[in-house]
Amino acid sequence: MLTPVTDTDGGPFWEYAARGELRVQACGECGELRFPPRPCCPHCQSFANEWRPVSGRGRVWSYVVPHPPLLPGYAEQAPYNVVVVELAEAPRIRLVGNVVAHAGARLDSVDPARLRIGARVQAVFSGGLPQWVLA
Amino acid sequence: MAGPGLKDATAIVGIGQTAFARRLAEDEKTLACRAVLAALDDAGIAPGEVDAVASYTMEETDEVELAKAVGFGDLTFFGKVGYGGGGSCATVAHLAAAITAGQATVGVAWRSRKRGSGPRPWTGTTAQLPTPAQWTRPFGLLRPADEIAMLARRYMHEYGVTRDHLFNVALACRNRANQNPAAVMYERPLTREMYMTSRWISEPLCLYDNCLETDGALACVVVSKERARDCPQRPVYVHAAAQGLPAQHHGMVNYWNDDPLTGPAWTAARHLWKHADCTPEDVDVAQIYDAFTALVPLSLEGYGFCARGEGGAFTEQGALEIGGRLPVNTGGGGLSEAYVHGFNLVNEGVKQLRGTSTAQVPGAATCLVTAGEGVPTSALLLRS
Ligand SMILES: [Zn+2]
Repeated sequence: MLTPVTDTDGGPFWEYAARGELRVQACGECGELRFPPRPCCPHCQSFANEWRPVSGRGRVWSYVVPHPPLLPGYAEQAPYNVVVVELAEAPRIRLVGNVVAHAGARLDSVDPARLRIGARVQAVFSGGLPQWVLA
Repeated sequence: MAGPGLKDATAIVGIGQTAFARRLAEDEKTLACRAVLAALDDAGIAPGEVDAVASYTMEETDEVELAKAVGFGDLTFFGKVGYGGGGSCATVAHLAAAITAGQATVGVAWRSRKRGSGPRPWTGTTAQLPTPAQWTRPFGLLRPADEIAMLARRYMHEYGVTRDHLFNVALACRNRANQNPAAVMYERPLTREMYMTSRWISEPLCLYDNCLETDGALACVVVSKERARDCPQRPVYVHAAAQGLPAQHHGMVNYWNDDPLTGPAWTAARHLWKHADCTPEDVDVAQIYDAFTALVPLSLEGYGFCARGEGGAFTEQGALEIGGRLPVNTGGGGLSEAYVHGFNLVNEGVKQLRGTSTAQVPGAATCLVTAGEGVPTSALLLRS
């Protein structure tokens, strides 16, 4: 399975995720949330930033169900779901992830037939990665 | 407003291609040389006269290797365009700009690729780019098909686009390929039943929503309109050209701006039509980038052939077929002729305006060619 290849901008997201916290980069001047993280604010051009905790509540914006050919660790769990979740606090902040039965469960632990665009989900954490459970 | 700009200042006067197949014996460099020499022969221009080249950043054959192999003269302009299939039309646009600005006189654009027998880029795990792959690949969103399927599902949900609409796209391309002896799918008809019962690649996209995996190469030659008059083929003028990278865009995984369903096509289209003497209604035939079927209805909206959300409905009643409202991908496209990062769409546009397509639209005088939607893109409006 692939682990995140992080960079300077993304590093803090993964450090918080490893502690079980979902945080999103926000401008230190104007407060605007932004994702993916980047060096400065596209609204006010400030280089000041902070990592703001969010509730982890969201809704499924879209989802796919990949089938092989896939990389081996993923092919073994296919078909599985991949979702884009829009956060309750800021719907245009969207995170890619997987809806699973419980934290740490396999990618195929929820029947894709149970997924709907608009479904409410809640963030959980396993192995440094955010996952989502149906709320 | 400064002068007439690029409008009709240059023309495509030569096109060339190799065979297309799942596997060709020759390597990419050799295929590139063959396509370029074929295009120059078609143009009646000697390789020593070439002073400009343009290709894709993903092209593996460097300018220096191509130039010394085929015998180009001194090059005074050379450039590469990024973002995979988003760069197809931009290669021609860059040559048109260079020639119009006086930086060069004879330009060659090309793409050579062994995507059929070579590695699939998404299987690379070591060269995982930090942005945005860290936000997508760990979760199993691995392939371009997965990334576009995510947008496709949302698009279908918001606007009632159906699998039948996507089938209409696949069918139109396949029908044109069935008329084109050079197409990989020349002798392979497609039926609705085949489409609806095919295996999934990434739901909601099935096998036939995905482009081919092809070995092949293509090239074209661009010169000034004055020079074009001396060439043996009927000139195909670059009437307008555009690139598009929208504000706050995120590449193929464009899930993070305010409105992910209005992609780079909208940006390129605004520039294209602003600089054109015609409107979408004047387009006789279009070559729409089709790595995935869903890109076609999105592009039809972006380039103004229909309103937002109407791209699916636009495909109904044979609209994309010969004799329909807007015949598309008349050589078979990436879905059924060959997938060479969209360069076959450029050459097919030229064939239509020369009147030599294997699925000729009678009297075609204006052709839109587009590059990959989803990624930073480009487009050409060609006229005879
Ligand atoms: Zn700011």
